[in-house]
This record gives sequence, C-alpha cells and structure tokens, in this order.
Amino acid sequence: MNEKTEIIAEPDVKMVTFTIDGKEVTAPDRTFLIKVAREHNIEIPTLCYNEHLEPYGVCRMCIVEVTRNGRRRIVTACNYPVTEGIVVETRNERIINNRKLLLEMMMARHSEVEVIRNLAKEYGVDTIRFKEQPSEECILCGLCVRVCNDLVGAHALCFAQRGPERYVTTPYDVESDTCIGCGACYHVCPTNHIKMEQMDGLSVVYGDVSLGPDKPIHIDFMQAVPATPWIDQKSCIHFQTDGCGICSEVCPTDAIHYDMKDEIVEVEAGNIIVTSGFKGFDPSPMYQFGYGRLPQVMTSIEFEKLSNAGGSTGGKLLTPDGRTPEAVAIVHCIGSRDKNYNEYCSRICCMQSLKFSHLIREKTGAEVYQCYIDMRCFGKGYEEFYSRVLSEDVHFIRGKVSEVTDFSPDGLPEGKVLIKVEDTLLGIVREIPVDMVILSVGIEPQVGAQDLKQKLRISVSPDSFFLERHPKLAPVATATEGVFIAGCAQGPKDIPDTVAQANAAAAAVLQAIAQGEVMLEPITAEVMEEQCTGCETCLSVCPYEAITKDEEKGIAVINDALCKGCGTCVAACPSGAIKQWGFDREQIIAEIDAVLADIAV
Amino acid sequence: MSKLKLGLYWAASCGGCDMAVLEIGDRLLTLVEHADIVFWPCVADFKYKDVENYEDGFIDVCFFNGAIRNSEAVEIAELLRRKSKVMVAFGSCATKGGIPALTNLYQRQELLDRVYIECETVENPDKVYPQTSVKVPAGELTLPELHTTVRALNDVIPVDYYIPGCPPVADRIWDVILAIVGGELPPAGSIVGAGDKSVCDECPLEKRQIKITKFHRIHEIKPEPGWCLLEQGIVCMGPATRSGCGALCLQAGMPCRGCYGHIGDEEDQGAAMMGAIGSLIDAKDEEKAKEIIDSLIDPAGYFYRFGMSKSTLLRKRLLNTKVKRDVKLEVL
Repeated sequence: MNEKTEIIAEPDVKMVTFTIDGKEVTAPDRTFLIKVAREHNIEIPTLCYNEHLEPYGVCRMCIVEVTRNGRRRIVTACNYPVTEGIVVETRNERIINNRKLLLEMMMARHSEVEVIRNLAKEYGVDTIRFKEQPSEECILCGLCVRVCNDLVGAHALCFAQRGPERYVTTPYDVESDTCIGCGACYHVCPTNHIKMEQMDGLSVVYGDVSLGPDKPIHIDFMQAVPATPWIDQKSCIHFQTDGCGICSEVCPTDAIHYDMKDEIVEVEAGNIIVTSGFKGFDPSPMYQFGYGRLPQVMTSIEFEKLSNAGGSTGGKLLTPDGRTPEAVAIVHCIGSRDKNYNEYCSRICCMQSLKFSHLIREKTGAEVYQCYIDMRCFGKGYEEFYSRVLSEDVHFIRGKVSEVTDFSPDGLPEGKVLIKVEDTLLGIVREIPVDMVILSVGIEPQVGAQDLKQKLRISVSPDSFFLERHPKLAPVATATEGVFIAGCAQGPKDIPDTVAQANAAAAAVLQAIAQGEVMLEPITAEVMEEQCTGCETCLSVCPYEAITKDEEKGIAVINDALCKGCGTCVAACPSGAIKQWGFDREQIIAEIDAVLADIAV
Repeated sequence: MSKLKLGLYWAASCGGCDMAVLEIGDRLLTLVEHADIVFWPCVADFKYKDVENYEDGFIDVCFFNGAIRNSEAVEIAELLRRKSKVMVAFGSCATKGGIPALTNLYQRQELLDRVYIECETVENPDKVYPQTSVKVPAGELTLPELHTTVRALNDVIPVDYYIPGCPPVADRIWDVILAIVGGELPPAGSIVGAGDKSVCDECPLEKRQIKITKFHRIHEIKPEPGWCLLEQGIVCMGPATRSGCGALCLQAGMPCRGCYGHIGDEEDQGAAMMGAIGSLIDAKDEEKAKEIIDSLIDPAGYFYRFGMSKSTLLRKRLLNTKVKRDVKLEVL
C-alpha cells in the first residue's frame, strides 16, 4: 500500500506553491500534505495512514511543523490540506522529540509489536519512562475497521469502548456472517494482529487445479493469451458490497470498468478453426485409486500445479501434511487404454510421467515408482529422455495398479498410502508404501464439444473427438467446408504435434483466402421446383445447412456452395423432388438390381 | 367422325374403380353422346368372345382397373392390348398393384391355406384346394391359375397412360375423358388425372414444424383439428403421395393412405415416405429413434398399401428359389 499515486491536478483546481524541508514544491490546493511529501520522496512515518482510505490522524506519528502566516504549529500530515506559501518542516528537533515521546508511550503498551519496535529503534528510543504493560498486538490504528466499513462495505468490524479500554471487535461482540472473508483487514493490519484461517482446513493445492493463486482479479495462468486480467465477480468484493474499487483506482490506464457486461460479439468469418482442446479425465469414478478420498492421490494436472513455481507451495513438492515425500508412485493410463472408460491411448501421459519422475528425483530425491502398461515414447528425442530417466534410478514396474489404500494389516507409517501392483516382469504382486500417488490421467474431448459439433455441423469419430475429413490427405479439414480443426480437439496429442497441426490449419485457411474462390463439389443435390411442396423435411436433415426455404415460391432451395452431395435430403424428400446429380433413381435402382441379381427375391 | 369406342375391364379389383366411373353422374350421358362402350363386364353384358371377335385396334381407349393376380388377368390384358389403340391403367391396383399386392408379403401357399383351410368361416376337412382343371362327366372344367406375385398392369403389357387413385376421383376421371375426347392427351407414358406435387399441397391442415415423438393409430388418439396429422404422430402418406384427389381424406379428418402413388420419378413411394419419417422423428440417439419407430405398427401396410408391385421390395422372398428379378413371377 505504499506505492505512490501521482497527484493529478483537476483542471479547475488551483495550484499552490509552498516549502517542505526547504524545498519549494507545487501541488493542487488542499491536497493532504502526506501525499505531496511522498510524491517528493520525503519520508514521514505513519501507522494509521493508507492512501486508499480517508485519513484518520490517530497514530500522530506523521506530525510535522507548519508555519503559516508566521504562526508555527504542529499538525498531522495525513489530514493537513496544503495552502499557498506554507513552510513545512518534517524532521526538525521539535518534531523528532515529539515522535520519540509518542513512541515511548507506544512501547509501554506494545513492546512486542515489530513495527513499533523498529520505529523506536530508528528514533533511538531505548528507555521507557511509562509504566510498562503486557504487550498488546493491536495498536488501534483503525485500518481494519476503516477498510471493512469504508472500502469493502461489509461492516463486519468496529471499535468498542473508549479510551484505554478501546478494542477492535465485531459489532456487539458477536460472530456474524456479515464478514465476507475478503481478507482486506488482514492485508492492511500493520501488526499481524488479524489472521486468516482456512475454514475447510484443506491445503488449497489439493482442492483445485488452477495453476497459480487466484485473486478475484487475476490472469488465468502465466501463459494465458491474451495476458489480460479478468475479475471473478463471484469473489470480487466490489460485486458483493459495492465497495473496494481499489483495482480501478490504481489502474494507470483506467482500463477497469465494473459496469462492463459480458457481450456476444458477432464476427463474420469465412473460415473457422476449431481448437477447443481437451479436458483431463476425471478419475473419481475409479474408486480403487481413492482419488478425492485420499489426500495423497492427485491427478497429473494437480501435480503440475504443485510443481509450478507460481503454485501455492512455490514449486516445492510437499505432501498434504507438509512433508517432503520419500516415495511417489505414478500410475499410467488412467482412463486411457481402458475398455471401461476410453479405449484410445492419450499419447501424452507416458512422457508427462517421465517428466514428473525427473522433476521429483531432482527436487526431492524421493523414490519414484512408475506403474505402466508399456512405455510409448514415440516423438523426437522422447526415447532418449526415457533412457535418461531410466538412468536416474526411477523404478519402472510393468503392471496396472489394482488399488491405492490407506489400510494395511501390518500398519502404515503416518501419512502414507499403499499401492498394490502386479509386477508382470517379476511375476509378483508388490505392495509399496508411498507418500504421494500421481494419476496420469488421459485426455478427453472438451466440455461443450458436442454443442460445437451441432453448431458447426461437423462430425466426431467414435472416440468423440472431432473427425477430420481424411486422416492422411485432409487431416485438419472437416467435412464442412471452411471449418478446420487443430490440436486436442481432433484427438490426443502433445505440444509439438498441436503446433504443427495449428500451423497446417492456419495454412489451409490462408490458402482459401489467397485463392479467393471456392471449389465446388461436382455431385450436389438439386430441388425440382415443380415437384417440391415446401414441406421442409429436407431443411432439418441437411448436415451442412445448405437448404433454405424460398418463402415466396414456397419451395426448398439448395445452396450449391454449401452442398456436399451427401444425399441425405434426397433420401428424406418424400416427394422425390430432390435429385442428386450422378446418383439419380435409375442409377441407384440399377445398382440394387445388380447387387441382387444373383439372389432370390 | 365416328364415335369413340371405349372399353373398361376389371382384373384383381374390388369394383370400386367401376363405381368411380359411375360417380361422374349425369356426365355419363354426355359421355355416351361421344363414345360407345364396347366392353364393360361390371355394367354391360359383353363376353370375352365378343372382344376376341373385334379386329385389332378396334377399341380406341381401354380403361383397365385391377391388379394382375392370375392367369386370366394376363390373358385378358394381352387380349385388350391387342384390341385397343390406347391402354390406360386405371386406379391404384392397375398402376401399382394396389391392395391386392399386399399379398406379396406372403407365400402363395400361405394365402391358399388361409383362404381355403384356416379361415374361420370355412369348413374344408379334406383340404381341397382350387385346381386349374378338373375332369367332370360333362368334360374338363378349368380355373385361372393364381400367381405367386401380384403385378401391376404394365408388368405384363405396355401401358400408355396411368390414372392413379383408389379409386380415382370423379372429377379427375372426367378431366381425362374430356382430354381423350378432345384429343389433348399428353405424351404416352404419362400419369394423367393427377397433379405433380404432393397431397400436402392441397391439404388444409397446418404444419407447425414439430417432430414426432410417438406414433399413434387413428383410433388411439383424438387429433387436434386443423393440425398436420403426421406431426401429431399419425402416419399420413400425404408428403409422399401425388396430389389430385383434393386431399379428400384429410378434409374428412383421416390421414392420407397414399392411393395416388409416388411423386416424380421416385417410384418407390414407401421408401420415400420411410426416408421422410426418419427425418421427422424427434430423436437425438439411436435408442430413442428405435423407441419411436417401434411405436409404428405395421410399417409395410402403411408405406406400401398401394405400391407394393412397383416397390424395390416387390414381395416377400420366395422359398427355395433362386431367380433373377427380371424373370416374370407369374406362376412361380
């Protein structure tokens, strides 16, 4: 809270010139003196001032001597408005002596409080002439009460009693649900008298999966594009109490507007590249691994967060009870290559698990057990990395883990869980106590991919990922003209493959843009106007939205540029009013006759 | 100019087509002013012999109704073809097999068993089946042979025009008669006395673009008046049926049965309707689709009520036979 905010003169405010510590300065009339002083790097000590709050003048540490019209007086800088021609002295002998006296009094009551002790030391206060009392943490600066009432607007804190009996409390000394848990009081408290407690008693890293701490205003993760912060309205104080507003106050470019609403922007585009990505498999249904039940069990994505330097442990690998792990198990193919969940291989998990092994070995030296079906190190440099991890004393166990449990008849050391795995190379079942279990979860299509499929009229393959037009010849195109796919939306893949595919999709779009023309399918359907009764049956079946109704003529019309000649409308048309060029009735009947020629009718 | 010579015949027919001709009412009097009827078994006493005695091409226009179901129908069809300048397949049975062709869903023996043995009102302990010939003291008596497969008229003889409908509506018949008398017939092979669009085009009911969640038979629900029956889950063949009838059934609150036949060159009316039904049901997954489709009772009866002989299906697979499709299936 000590950053300086520039004093910007309002156009209609008069500027005044005066002197601080012999220096001539100019500032808008009636600005509080402490602001001007800080602007000019003149240090004035204070305990109760915060530039986002109204000055309070209670700690008296900011006293300065002001000469105005030849009259000298001591004032508090935090709430003294400057005027033309005043002379301010912030550190003359009289002021220092006064501050010393103040500190002496404060030391008598708050001898253990760090900020007071530091100031006392700075001012050379070593003997205390007042009767010393047991040290109190709260120095009654009122910052917490003011931030809660004036800024946050929650009104959850107040002062009670007066004089020596004064103390900070909740209204009527009762615990109420007025507190929104925003932590503003905790942040402004100069003595750490106010503390935040985790209500659920859980360490955050094991509870959610976002990468990095989340303030209400935050950037999703360090690599987010665009790297623009956004406000989570559910947790932002402003949206709860209409108070705070500090972020908009400090924003130098005035970019924060609380009245902005989510809006739907319509963009007319000739091509669409679908890169809806993936979601990690949720291992909760695989109860045998205890995910969600045993705190030691986490998914690969949660481990990424734990290991991330921007994460809640600052990148330290810690068990839920705060220890450095001695043994970690990494379980492969969670939700992948599994007939009960997804049959496909998620492709990235083997290499990701190897990376984790390497990180764990490097950061903690813990024993790492990789329980795999078979190692699939298919990419450039991947096999070499596998060899390297093999030489780092990681244990590779070929076999599927059958159970993760916190129960063992022989008892388990505190905080450990037991993994049971059949080592198919040794031919034995192994039971290994570990401190942490990482489930290497597979890749699944993103939530909402189904909606997107319907909207864009594209197909999905049996694994529910978007289907490319041809696996080899048109890997980024879809059956719908102008719609392309890239990355995990098309199927599980690692970053190099995703980038390559994204480049390919971009190139395909650029190709279409550069050509400026669209090549049409030769085999399209056409509506026979004289037979069409406009029943609209075809409109609902066209997968490419190529059919519209000509309301004037009352008939269906097919857009040649959109029609892919799939023939669905031809089959659906009850009036036989749609013809498919190259596949008319006679041709199809001839085919059927040929097929049936040799069998009895 | 001599008077036009008209012939009318019924093969496997219910007689409704002949009644439909009579339905033109007092316009019949106008008709006989311009035309002589030279053969009409239902109404006038002509013998096959009489027709045989006509010279070839004697009859100007022959209206042939009924499906080809036995050897007699083939014989007379071929005879009339020889004697007629213009051959008109009249009604759904002659054009597409009609109701009789639904028996294509059974084997011939199943039909014979049903009619001569199993039928609740039949007592036939000796299991006597009709014979094509039987010797009696007076000589040999013969009966036509029942075919395994019911065919449309143009499967046995070349046909010039087709008048669909079960039966064709009187006004359309009159339109055709006027065209014939006035010599304004369209090119041979045309479907006459019908429109080019679907029954929906003439239907007064409102479409609301609502998908079908369950199929109902007509006696199961009380449909909301004024709203498309198909959208209410009642199978209405309107979308796949040629216009011309003026949506008569729909105006009476009944779904279209499809008697006017296919539209355009999509000759398999049932397939066209099934294709449409597939896109009209409100199902996101296969399971739901199956549930909805399963609520549709007797799909063959609904979709192929009139068009079996001209459908890709044609018939139930014959037992123990291996034949090519283009082989005539008269007596197999």
